[in-house]
Amino acid sequence: MAQRPRLVFILGWLALLPALLWAGFAPIRVASREKLFEIPNGTYARRMAGDKVEILPAQIRLTLGLEDVLLLRNLDDVPQVFGPTIMMPGQSFRLPFEKAASYQFMCTAHASGQMTIVVEDEPHMPWSKIRWRVREWWEKRHG
Amino acid sequence: MHRIALTLVLAGALGAPAAGSAMDMPLKAGVLSPAMPAPELKLAGTDGKPLHLARFRGRVVLLAFGYSRCPEVCPTTLATLAGARKKLGADAAGVQVVYVTVDPERDDAEQMRKFLGVFDPTFIGGIGTRAEIDAAQKSYGVSSTKKVFGSGGYGIAHTSSIYMIDRAGRLAAVMPYGHTVDDFVHDLQILLRG
Repeated sequence: MAQRPRLVFILGWLALLPALLWAGFAPIRVASREKLFEIPNGTYARRMAGDKVEILPAQIRLTLGLEDVLLLRNLDDVPQVFGPTIMMPGQSFRLPFEKAASYQFMCTAHASGQMTIVVEDEPHMPWSKIRWRVREWWEKRHG
Repeated sequence: MHRIALTLVLAGALGAPAAGSAMDMPLKAGVLSPAMPAPELKLAGTDGKPLHLARFRGRVVLLAFGYSRCPEVCPTTLATLAGARKKLGADAAGVQVVYVTVDPERDDAEQMRKFLGVFDPTFIGGIGTRAEIDAAQKSYGVSSTKKVFGSGGYGIAHTSSIYMIDRAGRLAAVMPYGHTVDDFVHDLQILLRG
């Protein structure tokens, strides 16, 4: 009977191994290098009404060579300030990055007025590829 | 002073070539789309004339905000812009740098003229009353925060981006702080062709 848990453990790992090998060694492909965020219409009005609305995440993660362009669209009916610029209603701002670092920006679409963009190097090692894929999967599921 | 400079640098991000810009050419700067008319300035110029952007139609305008006593960010920005104009050679005639003070209490025409002249005598400073400067800053989403030192003086943490206005007077792109001379030359050559 003591052999059974060990067998289950070994079989579990054997089943997981192809997935881990794929996640660690297969090249990462993305549909677009742009990571899009939209500021919906009514954001300013909701905030003025006292709603602590958070449209954009407080932290956005980008990866050089994969998703290294931030694309913001202002769908609100008032101008919005994002870090280095002001976006008029209907306007978009496409900001590319080429250095891995953590950038803090002012952003009026946030209740806190701040937004952080973390730009990371492209993952090349198997472990970092696995970690990148798991995080992407998690963020897609949980926003 | 160091902390202020760091705060300012945080507003900067370095760009990689971007496809599908307003000019249909890759720019190093962040691109605004669609490009809209740049908010007009209602200030006085250090050249003795009213400072309206309409004066520079047909040229590419590099607009930035700062102050003459800035210890690091403004000198770095101005040296970069001067370097870009120098590297552009004859094309530099199509580029006008406009630097608006965020410190109207200390920056008068003479002070700004001296400060900018160190980098490039063609640079034009923008000065005005506190209310006029506030209006200019608001129209570009520029922030500035006074930081009082123990010694009694003060510095100003301010937005450090460079606004790139195309030859038709549209705010086409924004170059965050920290880009190189070559990045500016690259984008200016595209904007000058546009």
